[in-house]
Amino acid sequence: MNIDYHLYEAVIGLEVHAQMLTKSKAFCADATEYGALPNTQVGPVSLGHPGTLPVHNKEAVKYAVKLGLACQCDIAAHNYYARKNYFYADLPKGYQISQHTTPICENGFIGIKLKDGTEKRIGLIRIHMEEDTGKSMHDQDVYDTLIDYNRAGTALVEMVSHPDIRTGEEAYQYLTEVRKLLRYLDICDGNMEEGSMRCDANVSVRLKGAEAFGTKVEVKNMNSIRNVQRAIDYEIKRQIEAISKGEKIYQETRTFDAMKGETLVMRTKEGASDYRYFPEPDLPPLHITPEFIDVVKEQMPALPKELFHKFTAVYGLSEYDAGVLTENKDVAAYFETVLKHTGNIKAAANWVMVQVKGYLNEQALEIKDFVLQPAKIAEIIDLIDSGKISSTVASKEVFPAMIHEHHKSALEIAEALNVLQESNSDELQKIVDEAIARFPDKVAEYKSGKTSLVGLFMGEVMKLSKGKADPKVASKLVKETLDNK
Amino acid sequence: MQAGKITMRGLVSYYLDNIEKQKMLNAFLEVWAEEALLAAERVEQKIKNGTAGKLAGMVIGLKDNICYKGHCVSASSKILDGFQSVYSATVVEKLLAEDAIIIGRLNCDEFAMGASNENSAFGRVLNAANHDHVSGGSSGGAAVAVQADLCLAALGSDTGGSVRQPAAFCGVYGLKPTYGRVSRYGLIAYASSFDQIGPLTASISDMQLIMQVIAGKDLNDATTSAQPVPNFTTCMPRLKAKIAVMKEGLYHNGVDAEVKKAVEETIEKLKTNGHQVEEISFPLLDVLVPVYYVLTTAEASSNLSRFSGLMYGYRSPQAKDLEDTYKKSRSEGFGPEVKRRIMLGTFVLSAGFFDAYYSKAQQVRRLVRETTNHIFEKFDFILLPTTPTPAFKAGEKSKDPIAMYLADIFTVHANIAGNPAVSIPCGTHSNGLPMGVQLMSKNFTEAELLAFANTL
Repeated sequence: MNIDYHLYEAVIGLEVHAQMLTKSKAFCADATEYGALPNTQVGPVSLGHPGTLPVHNKEAVKYAVKLGLACQCDIAAHNYYARKNYFYADLPKGYQISQHTTPICENGFIGIKLKDGTEKRIGLIRIHMEEDTGKSMHDQDVYDTLIDYNRAGTALVEMVSHPDIRTGEEAYQYLTEVRKLLRYLDICDGNMEEGSMRCDANVSVRLKGAEAFGTKVEVKNMNSIRNVQRAIDYEIKRQIEAISKGEKIYQETRTFDAMKGETLVMRTKEGASDYRYFPEPDLPPLHITPEFIDVVKEQMPALPKELFHKFTAVYGLSEYDAGVLTENKDVAAYFETVLKHTGNIKAAANWVMVQVKGYLNEQALEIKDFVLQPAKIAEIIDLIDSGKISSTVASKEVFPAMIHEHHKSALEIAEALNVLQESNSDELQKIVDEAIARFPDKVAEYKSGKTSLVGLFMGEVMKLSKGKADPKVASKLVKETLDNK
Repeated sequence: MQAGKITMRGLVSYYLDNIEKQKMLNAFLEVWAEEALLAAERVEQKIKNGTAGKLAGMVIGLKDNICYKGHCVSASSKILDGFQSVYSATVVEKLLAEDAIIIGRLNCDEFAMGASNENSAFGRVLNAANHDHVSGGSSGGAAVAVQADLCLAALGSDTGGSVRQPAAFCGVYGLKPTYGRVSRYGLIAYASSFDQIGPLTASISDMQLIMQVIAGKDLNDATTSAQPVPNFTTCMPRLKAKIAVMKEGLYHNGVDAEVKKAVEETIEKLKTNGHQVEEISFPLLDVLVPVYYVLTTAEASSNLSRFSGLMYGYRSPQAKDLEDTYKKSRSEGFGPEVKRRIMLGTFVLSAGFFDAYYSKAQQVRRLVRETTNHIFEKFDFILLPTTPTPAFKAGEKSKDPIAMYLADIFTVHANIAGNPAVSIPCGTHSNGLPMGVQLMSKNFTEAELLAFANTL
């Protein structure tokens, strides 16, 4: 059967859960460090012991407001918490403290770049605060499921997008932007493998031009942004094929099997679950004043988009270069610090993108762990620009040596390596004269018009100088000397 | 004590003897005798050194829903079988910091749900004035312990009258502070927006001392108020007070004739003392109990979800998997009244019924608050009987939940509105049982309320 996939379009909405990097949990003082031994970061409040009560974590509220502002959201002045009631082993209280009717942020959008270079805005329905559950571990014991409550009560933000996404690629771009934003704002480390950022995708398909939505399927358990894209692509294809065959799409939750690249039924939904939401009586409403918002605004770092604009418009970098340099906040900051020490913007951009990032990738390091200060990179660039070392020598010899002896200056390193170029014209002139003197017949040929012979003399100069002659200066001297003969 | 005629150890021993002699009252679920005696020696030394705290000399019992680190707490329920708290309630920390001696935990209705203490998994508490009659509830053990001199004072909790009603039934003082005046941290929640911890005492002065210590802002309870705590002991009673009497209350056909007469005598006495007493109309009286039961059961259904058999307390030995653990542990662990309220609360929060019940009840609650505040713009106090009748006979209402719920008719008002209210002993009925009168006042005016109550 021939299926014309292009007759259909997908409608995709994403729910992103991001664990906030607050030092303590959403509603108590228990710590939130990842990777601690199971059930060691749990006090009576986290465990929902009788008589315990939640208290607001102001830091978490600040984070949520930051995120909302970065996404151009409306910030709710009056925030009410709600209880979402359901029974599950990883939920100690039998309810989750969340926000229901009054999310802290509404509206707003995330801008993504499409392949044709245009920007598309993915609308946000809401961002709200809630607490995380514990973690059920089904593979630690032969017979029983074990539960680690360390995660229980950790502060989360949930971002719910409008169903504005049409392809797996767009979902990929959206999540990349969301993660970049979370990291720029220091809200969340955005690590999908460790589960600090999680994404559920709601996917349906319909005939192009149709107004009504198709039946929505929720896909879960994707542990990377790439796998979200793969799961969505698979799901779109599956749904189109099923519809083409006249089959029904069921409203269900599916899980993604990354090994097989397929989605599988996890549970079917018999109507919507009834979570019996009601206002959390243990937490008084939280009022967010314009003054509080102003304070948060002042503490906001430059956003990736703003930096991108600055890098292209002010520094004159290409969109590609600006994109690479603003992918990561720390890399962008490193680059800007290099610029404080050198005026050669293009060279600074190249050095950060090629040598520095290359080295970090190779060593699997973060830039914050890189031993070379930005000023050192500027020193290397200045040595090149002043003709003291060649670019090749700089990247192949000086840069690696500096990493080993990062307290020394670039000049000290170059001297120690004996790679400083001979650019003193008096010294060079002697070498040039000697080189020219060796080939009197070639001088005559040059004089008769064979100017390409400059190369031959240059080769001799480099040989005599043991490669230390500055090629630019040397070639100028060779030409002048020949022309004056 | 300062004269050296009695010692702390002697005092604790006196109460321990009384507890032993009056064991049939079933007021205490557990007595921490050794610990109390050791504490007595410690406090005795402090008194001698002149370093003793404000509550040195007070021997206090805790209702079995207030957590005390390293001690069992069960809310008189089988579902908390064997459970020991790993932390202390804020009130317990505060009592101990002022050298109070905690002598044991007191019987109550299961999860504080009840008005007769007949809903305890550990049996009812007997009214010391007549063993056939109930103690009232839910803080029945607390009221009887003070009534029968088993300890000097007790801390109870009041969600709809659970301190004041048993206090009235037992002839002691019982206070429900303003919502947010006393920390709920460490109080096993029944209905979070109604619950308040309150003292039961034999005198107003004991109550003032205890309130001085336990009131105030607590960083562990976001619903506590930052209002400064006034000096309870130096607060002077109002000389010319304006007192409102609710007609719908006093002339309610459920009010016992002798209870009515006792209140009327109080009114006469107040007038004689130069106070102004005025009858007012409060047409919302009949909706108070329905509003109370919709909202408290909704909150309770959620608050009691944590008792699942998974982490602590009772787990059914028959349970085979997760769902089974929930169903069997909760079915076997909770008593019938608790189950009734969880089901009712689950129902009123369900999709399709939420607006008709929960939202509507919240609207009425706001209306009750506004109306009450309005009354307090003109009056200093509202006077009513604490309960329509004296303590009823055990078993009399336990088959009829609605009749039992109506016993709360005059007390739920203060919890719905949030205001403080105190029950004051008010004579003895011809059947030999005590009666109580209730004074309610403006939010955060407990000091004035108690000073005035002392003049009655």
